[in-house]
Amino acid sequence: MYTNIVELKGVSKCFGDYKALETIDLTIQNGEFITLLGPSGCGKTTILRLISGLEKPDTGHIFINGQDVTDWPPEHRHLNMVFQSYALFPHMTVFENIAFGLRCRKIAKNEIVERVEEILRIVKLTKLAQRKPDQLSGGQQQRVAIARAVVNRPLVLLLDEPLSALDYNLRKDMQVELKQLQRKLGVTFVFVTHDQEEALSMSDRVAVMNEGHIEQLGTPRDVYEEPANLYVAEFIGETNVFETKVIRSDKQTVEVKVEDKRFTFKNKRGLKTRQEVCVTVRPEDLAVWRQEEVGEVSDDMLPGKVEQVIYKGSIVELVVRLESNKRIYATEFFNEDDEKLDYQIGERVWVNWIPGWEVILPV
Amino acid sequence: MGELDSGVGGYFAGMKNNSSFKKICVTVVWSWLFIFAMVPVLLTLITSFLTADSSSLVVFKPTLQNYTQLFNSAYLKILLQSLYLATSCTLLCLIIGYPFAFTIARSKSRHRALLLLLVMIPFWTSSLIRTYAIMALIKAKGILNTVLLAIGLIHHPLPILYSYSAVLLGCVYDLLPFMILPLYGNIEKLNPDLLEAAQDLGAGKIRTMVKVVFPLTMPGIIAGTLLVFLPAMTMFYIPVLLGGAKNLLLGNLIENQFLSANNWPMGAAISMLITVFMGAMILLYWRNAQSKDKQNLQELV
Repeated sequence: MYTNIVELKGVSKCFGDYKALETIDLTIQNGEFITLLGPSGCGKTTILRLISGLEKPDTGHIFINGQDVTDWPPEHRHLNMVFQSYALFPHMTVFENIAFGLRCRKIAKNEIVERVEEILRIVKLTKLAQRKPDQLSGGQQQRVAIARAVVNRPLVLLLDEPLSALDYNLRKDMQVELKQLQRKLGVTFVFVTHDQEEALSMSDRVAVMNEGHIEQLGTPRDVYEEPANLYVAEFIGETNVFETKVIRSDKQTVEVKVEDKRFTFKNKRGLKTRQEVCVTVRPEDLAVWRQEEVGEVSDDMLPGKVEQVIYKGSIVELVVRLESNKRIYATEFFNEDDEKLDYQIGERVWVNWIPGWEVILPV
Repeated sequence: MGELDSGVGGYFAGMKNNSSFKKICVTVVWSWLFIFAMVPVLLTLITSFLTADSSSLVVFKPTLQNYTQLFNSAYLKILLQSLYLATSCTLLCLIIGYPFAFTIARSKSRHRALLLLLVMIPFWTSSLIRTYAIMALIKAKGILNTVLLAIGLIHHPLPILYSYSAVLLGCVYDLLPFMILPLYGNIEKLNPDLLEAAQDLGAGKIRTMVKVVFPLTMPGIIAGTLLVFLPAMTMFYIPVLLGGAKNLLLGNLIENQFLSANNWPMGAAISMLITVFMGAMILLYWRNAQSKDKQNLQELV
């Protein structure tokens, strides 16, 4: 088995005039859970379909397990896909649906029965084996769709937004189940979703996609904490963006003006003087101080007024209008030092963050 | 509480109006069916048990003779010939119509309308006139033979007209749209993901067709088969025009009994035989569909 189970080299795809996928390279490692994340139309499903063989690339080559499979039809690729619509065969029972792939591969009858029963146990559907798909709930259909794919022991399992049709609680449960299943089987999962929370919580690596290309490929922590660019920073989670210009820079430090105050930050990305940049800070990294909490106003504090208080149980979200009329979001957690988070609308507050928690991105 | 009562009362008043409208509709439909479908069938049924008379068409003398005569080997032969023609016509329509319907259903939507139009255009002209057009095409000095002779593919005109093949050709041509349309309706509803799923699971094209597409479009296949088979059994002008006098079929036999032989009771008896036969086929199909539903219901419970 190759470590790079799937490789896309210089692959691109157009549908008519529409460029669905720019030329991309992507390497997927054996056994990893990789997520293609992006808004609809970003090309994530196209990548999945190219890997599966349901689409052919216009340029480039696709390798699976070291073999160039660019011209192979889907039925020879030994990958399986879980469709967004599940695509269960309505005229077959659960058992027949799951056995379909094995029958196509001409596996002995008793082995088929064994393997189907084993997978039915894993997805907890043994009792429903003789039902037709329309007699199952959405979550059960979902599990049949996954069972039908993994029973073939594919090299890679491709999942096209498999959880999008489920309601919130069921989706949460299925996320956990899917992750457990992946660990148990050790199969490479390529998961497509537009839900960033799903991507962060399940994946080993996330590829953030936009308009047919990959903006960033990294661990969930990488893409969240060290976004490669403004698109990634804004797509993954919420963030406050201050547009500004570099006043002065050297190798170590960079000086910028945020809300008419001068800040000196570490120059991690080699920014140059007079370069247009965005200073981004996550809402949870912002500290909000009330008038009485602030003894002497330090230079790094931005003054503002509370515009809205959104109570969310474990956290409180604040919308603060800064003096420049800019609106920013701050998330405050309940903790032992800070039990009372009863901000009043219109209250004057000061906002700052620990230097180094900001991310400065070129525009 | 009072408010609620009046609300419920108002609701029921609405229902009442609605139900009387429904009654009128149902009555109209049923009387229509009774007058124009049931009464003629009943008249035919009664006639089939009466005796033929040369001066007054029928006399009211009940008899079973018309039916016992049906077991005459000449009539049985005609019945078998008709069955044979109808079966071959249906099979041919299915073989030609299925790929056709599949292509239409899977083509781009702007091409689809045009292709469907091509299927429907023949309906705009009387099928009798179209049958004459076929004659013009296939007769000894017709267009087909002229072209084939001109390009040197044949040296003598093909004797197609007035043969069994011509009758079959005419029937298939006339009835093909009745096969294509229900098939199209069914294939169009088929979720394309299912085809991709089958392919993804390792099924080749043939397997996908046999295991997924055919079973899922079975209602369309059955509907198309009934719509082609039943008329094909009683086609009468196509065998006359394209088959000459050689191919006597049930439809011609009935026509002869009524118009030439002036034996209305005999014609009625043959008609009843066909009606019962077709009724049995539809019943069989309906029973089959119903038992499947029941089975599903039981599984659900």
